[in-house]
Amino acid sequence: MKLELHARPILAAGCRLSEPNRGPRMLLMPERALRLNGPSLEIVERCDGEHTIQQIVSGLQKIYSKAEPERVEKDILGYLTLLHDQRALDFTMEELTGQS
Amino acid sequence: MTAIIPTPLALIAELTHRCPLHCVYCSNPLELQSRGSELSTEVWTRVLKEAGDAGVLQADFTGGEPLARPDLVELVRAARGSGLYVNLITSGLPLDELRLSELAKAGLDHLQLSFQGLREDAASEIAGTRALEQKRQVVGWARAHRVALTLNFVMHRLNLDQLEEMIAFGEESGASRMEFAHVQYYGWAFANRERLLPRREQVERSISVLQQAEARLRGKVRVEYVVPDYYAKYPKACMGGWGRKLMLITPSGDVLPCHAAQLIPGLRFGNVKNQALQEIWDSSDAFQKFRGEQWMQEPCRSCDRRAQDFGGCRCQAFLLAGDAAVTDPVCTLTSQRAIVDEIIATTNAAAPAAIATKAVWLYRTNPA
Repeated sequence: MKLELHARPILAAGCRLSEPNRGPRMLLMPERALRLNGPSLEIVERCDGEHTIQQIVSGLQKIYSKAEPERVEKDILGYLTLLHDQRALDFTMEELTGQS
Repeated sequence: MTAIIPTPLALIAELTHRCPLHCVYCSNPLELQSRGSELSTEVWTRVLKEAGDAGVLQADFTGGEPLARPDLVELVRAARGSGLYVNLITSGLPLDELRLSELAKAGLDHLQLSFQGLREDAASEIAGTRALEQKRQVVGWARAHRVALTLNFVMHRLNLDQLEEMIAFGEESGASRMEFAHVQYYGWAFANRERLLPRREQVERSISVLQQAEARLRGKVRVEYVVPDYYAKYPKACMGGWGRKLMLITPSGDVLPCHAAQLIPGLRFGNVKNQALQEIWDSSDAFQKFRGEQWMQEPCRSCDRRAQDFGGCRCQAFLLAGDAAVTDPVCTLTSQRAIVDEIIATTNAAAPAAIATKAVWLYRTNPA
């Protein structure tokens, strides 16, 4: 699947972050849990239906300013695709205007 | 050297053995526990908190039929309040829309709805009651109340050829996950195995149908398949390894390493009524017995796969070979595999009709 940079990822129904004060942060989903490290947690925390993929990429490029920006973008898109394939993510798109 | 005891990840809570269905492959033991022996709301609430504190991530409420417990909403709230991800495994039969909305509000994360089949006659023969129409309604309510939904189809000889219909139904339903779990041969299913075990060509066809569905639906519906392990080359990593990830609590509070562990003679189980969950997990006889690798015999002991499949299933070793400490007889690296090969040969040699008419079903009963 080709990801659109202006799409807003949001965790799918049945998928949520574990609570912050209970050990390592995990992405909880039906019959499995994914342990999140630094960057993956930063990505998943932004999958709130508010941030666009472009905003997530720019945000992490700032945090990881020593890494090559293209590499950061590629890694994020790869990770979002993985989550989507696991049915952990949905994407909401901007409403199209002027098409009534 | 002290062995490192792993952290439990999921708690399977068998809230009751009562059930409106009488499935011939039920995973409950043949000796069902009575209503009078069931744990109280207070004990379950304490146990769920202990589970959260022990690092458990998920609670699977199951049964019997967990909806038979009038305090289910309260238990879901207690589990969620203890930091657990809450999963309800149900036939959906005693459910109505109001109760589902209450469960959702109490923090239910995910509903796993089991299907006996899509053709009412065949499904009713398996479950001993008519159920399909109600399940269709539950799918709609789950969607309306935004509860994540997995459709769980229990697969066997009589419905394995209906896969395409099931996939189409799941696709249309809006479920995010479909699971095609082949019957596992313990308890009731072991007693009915002769009529449930599929033929080899059915298994091979089903794998290719599901691989195609998985690829076609990727990103839309997650498709998972549990193969009948008698046809596999190596055993399954049963429960992710004994005492490594999962524990199960029976309706009366015994803590087991797996659904069927009570059939292994001589195991002593801790009970949550008089012992803390963490202590039972760490040190009870039943969990320690087959934890790690000390108990293993050849060929497991020196096998490269032992950290992958942990020697397979202890209950299956006992049921088929009469010894819970030998390699799972499914494994083609053990001489005990001859037992499984003979069962498969019998299944595949007989004409299909001969098996269907030969044996009668042993229907699951209901506890007192």
